[in-house]
Amino acid sequence: MIKRVAILGVLALFIALLLGRVAVPAPRSGPGPTGSAYIERSIPELGAQNVVTAIVVTWRGLDTLGEVSVLFLAAAGVALLLRTLGGGRGGNGPPRRDSSEILKTGADVVTPAIVYFGVYVFMGGHLTPGGGFQGGAVIASAVLLLLLAFPSYRLRHGILTAVESLSGAAYVAVGLAGLVLAAGFLDTRVLPLGIPGRIVSAGAIPLIYTLIGLKVGTELAAVIENLGGRR
Amino acid sequence: MTSLAMITGGLLMAVGFWGLLTRRNLIRMILCLALAETGLQVVMIAAGYVRRGTAPILDEAGRAAARFVDPVPQALVLTAIVIGVAVNALLLALVVRLYESRGSLDVEDHTELRW
Amino acid sequence: MVLLTVIGTVMIVAAVLAVHLRSLLGAIISAGVVSLFASIVFLLLGAPDVAMTEAAIGAGLSTVIFLFALRRTTGKDHDK
Repeated sequence: MIKRVAILGVLALFIALLLGRVAVPAPRSGPGPTGSAYIERSIPELGAQNVVTAIVVTWRGLDTLGEVSVLFLAAAGVALLLRTLGGGRGGNGPPRRDSSEILKTGADVVTPAIVYFGVYVFMGGHLTPGGGFQGGAVIASAVLLLLLAFPSYRLRHGILTAVESLSGAAYVAVGLAGLVLAAGFLDTRVLPLGIPGRIVSAGAIPLIYTLIGLKVGTELAAVIENLGGRR
Repeated sequence: MTSLAMITGGLLMAVGFWGLLTRRNLIRMILCLALAETGLQVVMIAAGYVRRGTAPILDEAGRAAARFVDPVPQALVLTAIVIGVAVNALLLALVVRLYESRGSLDVEDHTELRW
Repeated sequence: MVLLTVIGTVMIVAAVLAVHLRSLLGAIISAGVVSLFASIVFLLLGAPDVAMTEAAIGAGLSTVIFLFALRRTTGKDHDK
């Protein structure tokens, strides 16, 4: 009882301090100096219409590289912990019953549409809200649909490994190309800026987001498959 | 509007941390950690809100807008959401392994590291 | 403003349910509801990128990995 009261007291103090610190300058009249500078420099310097994409890929690109590394580490950790020895999921347990016809046909029809939508989301990340992480999550959900509709479906780990490794290596290679050809690591002006508003514009941002989308999609699909296997 | 979203986020964090500290089921503890992370993300986005500002997308309609919402917290929260789900997946894999080794999801039954 | 109040109330109620429901399945679904409404709050605060990410990853994939972990540990879903 005393422990619970103490926990409540500490939590109330924590939330009061946090909101007091963050909410006091809250009703603002404009973005801060960094945000305003990013918004003004987004189209002239980088040609990207989506300012959040420009920040995530270029100006804070090292954070994104770290995030992709953390996701890779987590996917590798999950695979290491849960990999069933002797190939694939469900060596034991009763054989799964086949799904109904509606489910199978529906999954066959809808999965390509989901994958196309995911590709659209990550290719248009510099024009509309979207980007690599969102598109990758959508592609992973298409794989989830296949795993749920077809109980004996198994991912092709050779292709997945190849796609994931090559995407990651190509992302770092684009960053290094920025070091050589432009002003610094992960500078996206290695490719021509083009006209803002077109698909092929904003330098290397669509290329980087495509690589990130493929990498994140394959990693999340592998995590889902590892967690979803039968015990 | 900002203070309402911040209070919601703050309460969400408090509920999440309360659950993390008082529950004993491992999966429920990780669930409450995910709730606290979501609450923090709401507070961060609410901290970047500008009154009567629009989303920072600079298409033809956007370029004519007078005020924009601060884009920097959005970039940080984008990273935070993905890292949150990665950490949750790894924690759940560890919980599955713990369950297979001991047969219980109660945190009081896994006491080897306690001093 | 009214919309944000309603959404905030639903989020807090769902969060309290996620902590206190006896059934783990119900708790996981409630946490998914919290993430979904958080995605709407992000949209109302002018952050469409973050709203898409939270809806896809937080409400979708995170709930699914919790459900997979639950299925893999216990067959039943009543626990404290």
